[in-house]
Amino acid sequence: MSTPPVYNFAYLDEQTKRTIRRAILKAIAIPGYQVPFPSREMPMPFGWGTGGVQVTASILGPNDVLKVIDQGADDTTNAVSIRHFFARTAAIATTTRTSEATIIQTRHRIPETPLKDGQILVYQVPIPEPLRFLEPRETETRQMHALADYGLMHVKLYEDIARHGHIATTYAYPVMVDQRYLMDPSPTPKFDNPKMHMSPALQLFGAGREQRIYALPPYTRVLSLDFEDHPFERTRFTAPCALCGATDAYLDEVVTDDRGGRMFVCSDTDYCERRRPARQAGDGGERGHEHR
Amino acid sequence: MSTAEVPLISAAGLTKFYGVRVGCLDVDLEAYAGEVLAVVGESGSGKSTLLSLLSTQLRPTRGSVHFRMRDALVRDLFQLEEAQRRLLSRTDWGFVHQDARLGLRMNVSAGGNVGERLMAVGWRNYASIRREARLWLARVEIDGDRIDDLPTTFSGGMRQRLQIAKNMVSAPRLIFMDEPTGGLDVSVQARLIDLMRGLVADHGLAVIIVTHDLAVARLLSHRIIVMRYGRVIETGLTDQVLDDPREPYTQLLVASDLRG
Amino acid sequence: MYVAVKGGEAAIAAAHELLARERRGDPSIPEISVEQVREQLTLAVNRVMCEASLYDPDLAAQAVLQARGDLIEAIFLLRAYRTTLPRLGYAQPVDTGAMQLRRRISATYKDLPGGQLLGPTFDYTHRLFDPGSPAPAPSEPRGRVQPVAEPTPHVTVLLDREGLIEANATADAKPVGDITRDPLAFPADRDVRLQGLARADEGFLLGLAYSTQRGYGRTHPFAGEIRMGEVEVAFTPEELGFEVPLGRITLTECEMVNQFSGSAHAPPQFTRGYGLAFGHSERKAMVMALLDRALRSQDLGQAAKTPAQDPEFVLSHCDNVQASGFVEHLKLPHYVDFQAELALLRQLRAEWLLARGATCEASEPAPDSDGEAAR
Repeated sequence: MSTPPVYNFAYLDEQTKRTIRRAILKAIAIPGYQVPFPSREMPMPFGWGTGGVQVTASILGPNDVLKVIDQGADDTTNAVSIRHFFARTAAIATTTRTSEATIIQTRHRIPETPLKDGQILVYQVPIPEPLRFLEPRETETRQMHALADYGLMHVKLYEDIARHGHIATTYAYPVMVDQRYLMDPSPTPKFDNPKMHMSPALQLFGAGREQRIYALPPYTRVLSLDFEDHPFERTRFTAPCALCGATDAYLDEVVTDDRGGRMFVCSDTDYCERRRPARQAGDGGERGHEHR
Repeated sequence: MSTAEVPLISAAGLTKFYGVRVGCLDVDLEAYAGEVLAVVGESGSGKSTLLSLLSTQLRPTRGSVHFRMRDALVRDLFQLEEAQRRLLSRTDWGFVHQDARLGLRMNVSAGGNVGERLMAVGWRNYASIRREARLWLARVEIDGDRIDDLPTTFSGGMRQRLQIAKNMVSAPRLIFMDEPTGGLDVSVQARLIDLMRGLVADHGLAVIIVTHDLAVARLLSHRIIVMRYGRVIETGLTDQVLDDPREPYTQLLVASDLRG
Repeated sequence: MYVAVKGGEAAIAAAHELLARERRGDPSIPEISVEQVREQLTLAVNRVMCEASLYDPDLAAQAVLQARGDLIEAIFLLRAYRTTLPRLGYAQPVDTGAMQLRRRISATYKDLPGGQLLGPTFDYTHRLFDPGSPAPAPSEPRGRVQPVAEPTPHVTVLLDREGLIEANATADAKPVGDITRDPLAFPADRDVRLQGLARADEGFLLGLAYSTQRGYGRTHPFAGEIRMGEVEVAFTPEELGFEVPLGRITLTECEMVNQFSGSAHAPPQFTRGYGLAFGHSERKAMVMALLDRALRSQDLGQAAKTPAQDPEFVLSHCDNVQASGFVEHLKLPHYVDFQAELALLRQLRAEWLLARGATCEASEPAPDSDGEAAR
């Protein structure tokens, strides 16, 4: 190569962004429905967030403030990598503070800090099809969605209860959107499911490898599947976060020694840090750092 | 005309070609509520093709199939939307396969299998689904203790009875059966036939059963259709046709039947 | 005291430096040039061009080098680059009948017009390590160096004249699909299937093709023709309105002659399987042709029960850029979901033990519950 290539703002060319935005608009118009879109090869591998990156790249503007998290943390390697990608190709402001972001791209968690009107949450989705592991054929699952033929999903939940006494799905817990479409919320823990319901934020879901985009417009009804007599139950932790004392956040288990010692700390690093101002001095990490 | 006189399902000029090969040719038939219609013939006679056409799993090359819906309107099945046909096959019809693995989910428990149709139409109470499943398992003489067992642990006869329960739970009006007694011991066959007779009588079911076994046809069906090379060669009341066959081929079939 | 883990950014930077060092290897050993890769590792370069769907031997060679010889990594690199290139339009279909042949063989006839031209092939080498390898190439090779100039008709044309083989699908009004522009949807027509196969992982297709030969969807194939050489690529810009030759590329083409079938409308004929690959890529062209035919099983009215005959199975899993991405994504942190599974498992175990009158295992703290007291 004689001259290094010059990339458009946020990497994708405008035509591609337009195509993706059209898919996003269609997805917003049909909440929970998986809209096929021609996914592009991105500089990171399929399966590593290319769907989320394409959605973010298509909606990003020069005045946006971007937060990227993976497993709830800003500093996990993939979040760092994606944040750098956008810093390099779009030179937009980035942040670790949920409340200051206009766009939050996330893998596997919804932030603990409640989202506001005007914020957009972009989820990275590996397998968009909630029925995929019950029915591997795309031709068949497409029909099932078209006909709202979801009996098979409930059979799976029935089997769980018959076998374990509980529904055994702990993440990527299926939901009904607006009482019409069965949707996979992405591999967020079921703990996060209630946050999707009637959220003031726009929620967009991108699956690059599988070539699907779906969406939840603000204030959409999103209900986790269950039985009347085995209702959906939110996971509760019996101990608070060891660092900030939060009792309403999802906790990560950290093994502290090889004798079985362990502690539980908030998975959402921004939420945890904000709750412990006394400890901010001396952490030595990124906090609300703004890049230009 | 009362519903008893209007056929539940009827075929007119039903024809299916596979390339140059004839599946079935110009078949007319009618089946009524509360009766069992047997379709008999040897391998290659076209009886399985006919069943697949009637249950809309195959599209005919020519001809039509009409069905009397629950609202009493008679509809041309191949003019319906795919969604409507699928709904029919999940609620108003049942299909019992020769190979139970085609009619059951082998990796789902007996209870889950029977409950599926209920869950598909919106049942959301686990205890109620389970109770209904137990009722039907009992009705087909499967021990309630087996409700959480996988069909892979069931005998052939039990699997067929489970198929029946799975279909019956949605109160269908028409059951298609494709060689349901194939491969089963004679005593097991007899039990299955008894069960079907009871269900037909109790629920006013219509049944169309494909079989090459004349004894099964005689025990279960009221009317019979004999097929050969894709064509219907004789029809009538089962007893009459089997006792006094008119067509030479039918005579041959009856004479060759080892159980007479 | 535990401090929340930081430093992912610094770790990544350090990892990249380490990678650069490993890539160079022992600094006392001469560095390989892109030209050396292009000239002497041609078959690797060909595979990368093929599966990245981009014909550029220099770039492909650079990709092989940057990827430290990991061809799937190189393919990813080149495919990602392809995405950034502006699209000008579709070329005219290339005429492989006018190919300047450097190799051309047929297993269906002993001799045929144009002859059997072995060309540069490994086929008859004895796979023995040559102590003096690579052997210096003879300055005056005995084989023909100049390609055959006159156009040589395809073997299938001979069969076609007698009506023995199904006619090639004629161009109809439907526009040709484009898998780089439209998401893959099923059922997929033959044009989309062939595009998918063209960029598919050679190893994956090889295994599937092999399976058809061993009974998983037999197609009775014969290698009607394999030809390799240069063809001209031409493009008709809208503004000009006439064809402009862009240059020549090397292609390998394979036509398989398969199991005959007939219908109510036509007498029995042989059926076709087609494969086409960038560069000299014989194995790829062959397996592509075998799979093309296998995937047509249902269209040709045959039972299609094996994986190789299942378009959804083959096309959904044959792109190694997608496949490797998803397989390797397992290396990404999954601890949040794992935590959820751990919690459920602990709960189920506790309930199981409780039901049997035992106490909880001492070393299992149970920090989560679903609101139910398990002890």
